[in-house]
Amino acid sequence: MADEMKIGAYICKGCGIGDRLDAGQLETTATRDGKAAICQQHDFLCNEDGVKMIQADIDNEGVNRVVIAGCSRRAKTEAFAFENVTLHRANLREGVIWVRPDSDDQQETTQEMADDYIRMACAEAKYSKIPESSGQQGVNKNILIVGGGVGGMTAALEASKAGYPCGIVEKSETLGGATAQLHKVIPTSAPFADPAENPVDALVAAVEADDNITVYLNSTTTNISGAPGRFAADISTESGATQTKEFGAIVQASGFTPYDANQLPEFAYGKNKDVVTQLELEALAKAANGGAIKRPSDGKEVKSVVFVQCAGQRSKKEGHLEHCSGYCCSASIKQAMYFKDQNADVDTTIMYTDLRTPGAGGENFYRSGQKKGVTFTKSVVNEVVDGANPTVKFKDLILNEEAEVEADLVVLATGMVPNSGQPTRAELTIAENEDAAAEKAGEEVEIRVDVESILNLDYRQGKDVPHMANGFADSHFICFPYETQRTGIYTAGPTRRPMDAKQAMDDAMGAAMRAIGEAENAGLGKAAHPRSGDLSFPSFRKEGCTQCKRCTVECPFGAINEDEEGYPVYNESRCRRCGTCMGACPVRVISFENYSVDTVGQQLKAVDIPDEFEEKPRILVLACENDAYPALDMAAQNKLEYSAFTRIIPVRCLGSTSLSWITDSMNSGFDGIVLMGCPSGDNYQCHFVKGSGTAQERMSKVGDTLESLSLEKERVQTHEISITDIHKVPQIINDMADTIEQIGMSPFKF
Amino acid sequence: MSEIVATNQTILVVGGGISGMTAAIEAAEVGKQVIVIEKRASIGGRVSQLYKYFPKLCFPTCGLEINQRRMNANKNITVVTMAEVTGLQGEAGNYTATVKISPRYVNANCTACGACGDAVESEFDNEFNYNMDKRKGAYLPYNLAQPQRYVIDPQMIGTDDAQKAKDACKFDAVDLDMQEETIELKAGAVIYATGWRPYDANKIQPYGYDRIDNVITSVEFERMMDPFGPTGGKIQRPSDGAEAKNVAFIQCAGSRDRNYLKHCSRICCMASLKQTTYVSEQFGDDADVSVYYIDIRAIDRFDDFYQKVKDNENVKFVKSKVANIVENKENGNPTLHGVDTEGYNRYANEHDLVVLAVGMEPSVDKDTFPVEIKVNDEGFIEHDEANGGVFAAGCSSDALDVNRAVQHATASALRAIQVVNRVAKAEG
Repeated sequence: MADEMKIGAYICKGCGIGDRLDAGQLETTATRDGKAAICQQHDFLCNEDGVKMIQADIDNEGVNRVVIAGCSRRAKTEAFAFENVTLHRANLREGVIWVRPDSDDQQETTQEMADDYIRMACAEAKYSKIPESSGQQGVNKNILIVGGGVGGMTAALEASKAGYPCGIVEKSETLGGATAQLHKVIPTSAPFADPAENPVDALVAAVEADDNITVYLNSTTTNISGAPGRFAADISTESGATQTKEFGAIVQASGFTPYDANQLPEFAYGKNKDVVTQLELEALAKAANGGAIKRPSDGKEVKSVVFVQCAGQRSKKEGHLEHCSGYCCSASIKQAMYFKDQNADVDTTIMYTDLRTPGAGGENFYRSGQKKGVTFTKSVVNEVVDGANPTVKFKDLILNEEAEVEADLVVLATGMVPNSGQPTRAELTIAENEDAAAEKAGEEVEIRVDVESILNLDYRQGKDVPHMANGFADSHFICFPYETQRTGIYTAGPTRRPMDAKQAMDDAMGAAMRAIGEAENAGLGKAAHPRSGDLSFPSFRKEGCTQCKRCTVECPFGAINEDEEGYPVYNESRCRRCGTCMGACPVRVISFENYSVDTVGQQLKAVDIPDEFEEKPRILVLACENDAYPALDMAAQNKLEYSAFTRIIPVRCLGSTSLSWITDSMNSGFDGIVLMGCPSGDNYQCHFVKGSGTAQERMSKVGDTLESLSLEKERVQTHEISITDIHKVPQIINDMADTIEQIGMSPFKF
Repeated sequence: MSEIVATNQTILVVGGGISGMTAAIEAAEVGKQVIVIEKRASIGGRVSQLYKYFPKLCFPTCGLEINQRRMNANKNITVVTMAEVTGLQGEAGNYTATVKISPRYVNANCTACGACGDAVESEFDNEFNYNMDKRKGAYLPYNLAQPQRYVIDPQMIGTDDAQKAKDACKFDAVDLDMQEETIELKAGAVIYATGWRPYDANKIQPYGYDRIDNVITSVEFERMMDPFGPTGGKIQRPSDGAEAKNVAFIQCAGSRDRNYLKHCSRICCMASLKQTTYVSEQFGDDADVSVYYIDIRAIDRFDDFYQKVKDNENVKFVKSKVANIVENKENGNPTLHGVDTEGYNRYANEHDLVVLAVGMEPSVDKDTFPVEIKVNDEGFIEHDEANGGVFAAGCSSDALDVNRAVQHATASALRAIQVVNRVAKAEG
């Protein structure tokens, strides 16, 4: 039954569509050109009665391809949520009548626009299949947690509380991570006045008492293969014993490495024993156990201490960290309190440029430090001079003068270096690794980097989660902070961004949520963000595949592996369904059930192309469904007009654009093509990370194709469009219409 | 509204801003039933009123579109707009919430065709633009508003215009007889994602927000940048509509100050740094920007952004808590008085426009929570066992930027799921 395609087309006459367009004509187009078996008109399709009418045809007439000719695919989605059918929208409201003037002389071209959208929707319907699950899904819902610090333990405990078994893989011999080395921690609840108890012991006890949590100490993941719902992790001990366990999703809480203070000779670190890092002071405080803190050189009780903030941080100097580690201001306040709480007479000075203690807790803690008599000096420390007592030379920024002070102890607030593993193949520039060049040429190369991998993913694109600035694990930073470029693997804690223990625990809880979400969805064959719930997945026709590897290289999510013969191996639940692989494929063998070279290619072929002498050009717009298409809809909402010769097709991502769509539309007589994708680059706005950038790179080469057809290169334009470019999108289209008027109609009309 | 099904395995999310949406989506996408209660006529909260996000300078509506699409596509989520929780009784796994729903005067038949808006003439203050302009009495709150459904301003009810709106609608969507409703909903866990409000700048008397036209707030400045906003995207002085190229930003306006908000609102430094780029974007080298600050709190990876702004020669940083602002009556310029603490120099600087980086305070007054809950002095909800099945998400827990709010809301969804899973297990 599902194989027998039956199109039902439903024409809405509401919102002025019936007044502006000839619905009878649209019906004829749907049945005659679109081959709709059933076509019905309705005055108000999205109301209960209209929806019932459609449902009745689905139930009684066997309609399984539903074409709604009315408002945009973004409108009334809840009303038109039919099951077990494919759904296609001919956008007659936002796409036609709202962008065209209501005048008699425009009626003909407006109607043509609408007729074309009906043909296009029917063509899409004809070439779409109802997505069915691949049968590949794994249903394992256990969570693998890499790293047994406070973040990892929190992720495990919280996931377990929701009913999900967890495995913690910890490299060292004990749980607790960096936090275990702390005497006390920055306070986590009101009144935020004093250092708080270290949570490690309580967490370790809770983990040990939880039957749902398995802990693998002295262990690392030496290989992780598979996909969400069916990850297979080799967990190996130092001695080499390996066991393979199955997991549904992964939380990477691999923490940080303290910045190596030996790189700060200007602060006498390594030369003077009484110059220590914050972490080393924690050890001194622990040893003092509430008593007076003694300095390393001679065991003398510390009576004066200077904290040097941003030591080797926020600096572009070689070997320094460019980022601010975020937690060190609060950490120094806490450490100054170690002294002040024990003996108020100890002289504690924090030398800072910007004191960064945000939020309610941060500011209260800062104030508490002031109350306890900690001195805060806005200054830049230039040097620490070695001596019986180290001398701090600094510029006092308030008094605007150079000064120096001697102290018993100097504490350097050095920052965090994320443990984020190896860069991916793509991140290795040619300069760093000449193999990258060979890789680009399609050769198989071994990746060589001097950093140990954390995860050891058996992924074609690299062993770890991709990085962003300063080596932190990348994520869709603002709106969807947990979305890494590896589906089902969520980073938390300082590997994701610098943070303190409390923040790492909160962060890990969110990552645990995402891991649970992905394990659940993978089991159902559903896509993760941003196409959540999408059941379609890519497949390829093996006979046509030339093993060129473009799909496996260009997938923004590293979803595709290769088999021994070099054929792509899709891992459904690693895939985000953007279609970048489809756009990459030169031989057009990759498709989704409801999104393929044909579902778009047949749409553009369905457009009626008037002959050259009618002076009615055709402009094809391929618009990203996430940003450009909403911008076009909103332009329509505001009644901004654009050329009646425009035919818009939304694409999942501009990265999915097949070059064949460009050549086919040129060959069939389109006069201009406008591609609208999201801004790319470091601050990319593409929800598929690299899709739009990849598309732009591909399209930069389209000029050659045009040349071979003896066409002007202005006929194909790519634009970066944000969702707010509401005024810009009609302008771009109209500019293209002007360009065509100048350079003339395409000679490829039949 | 009687069709809303809620049980003690339902998760009630109070507030449909970015945090509430995130929590709702996370819970619903693992199969939980979620009801979102939103006070405004559309979801999206404060982020819908922002022009750009720091540090990427991307547009908030981009992520909002995705979140809205995910919500619309998910049958586990019910959104109730123009609604407020007025009471909450019970305990973890068994709450009953009392919800007051204000009349929208437009029902689900609405197609957002805009006919009612075209038909009416009366205009009212536009709260979406912080009352900097007017909107029609029948309106869609903003371009991307969800639900995509018009609203009739209650002030228009009983007037001829209201009738005109009704008559213009071909779909019987305008219902002028709609009444306020109060309903009760069961819930197993409750997520308070009630967000923040800008601190009332009128209270900072020395800065003269209430007296000097060309002193505005940071949130108003955001609206000014929107091409559909009150100035059509132009940076203008409210007093005379002149271009404002010499702009001063005053940090900690109402924050880190015992007289106003004690806490640091975290976002304002980055927000002002971001806003300096607006001025540069619009006026290029003619931009002349000053930032008056105590500490620039551009923490962790945001510091890159601070460095970039610092590299812009048209942006100056003055370490100073501005003492007061006096208007130059001749040209309307606000004059800032204070001491530059780096070197202790007194200044009296005139600017075209002054933007107060106002702080964040929790939207819900701590005394008005309908349920016993641990709230700190600043009014933020603390995480505490004693709160039972009630959890904060986002800015109801602390002054947070968007990515931290989303992170926090994601964690809150798990807390709520733990409760309803426990209920489900107990009920077999």
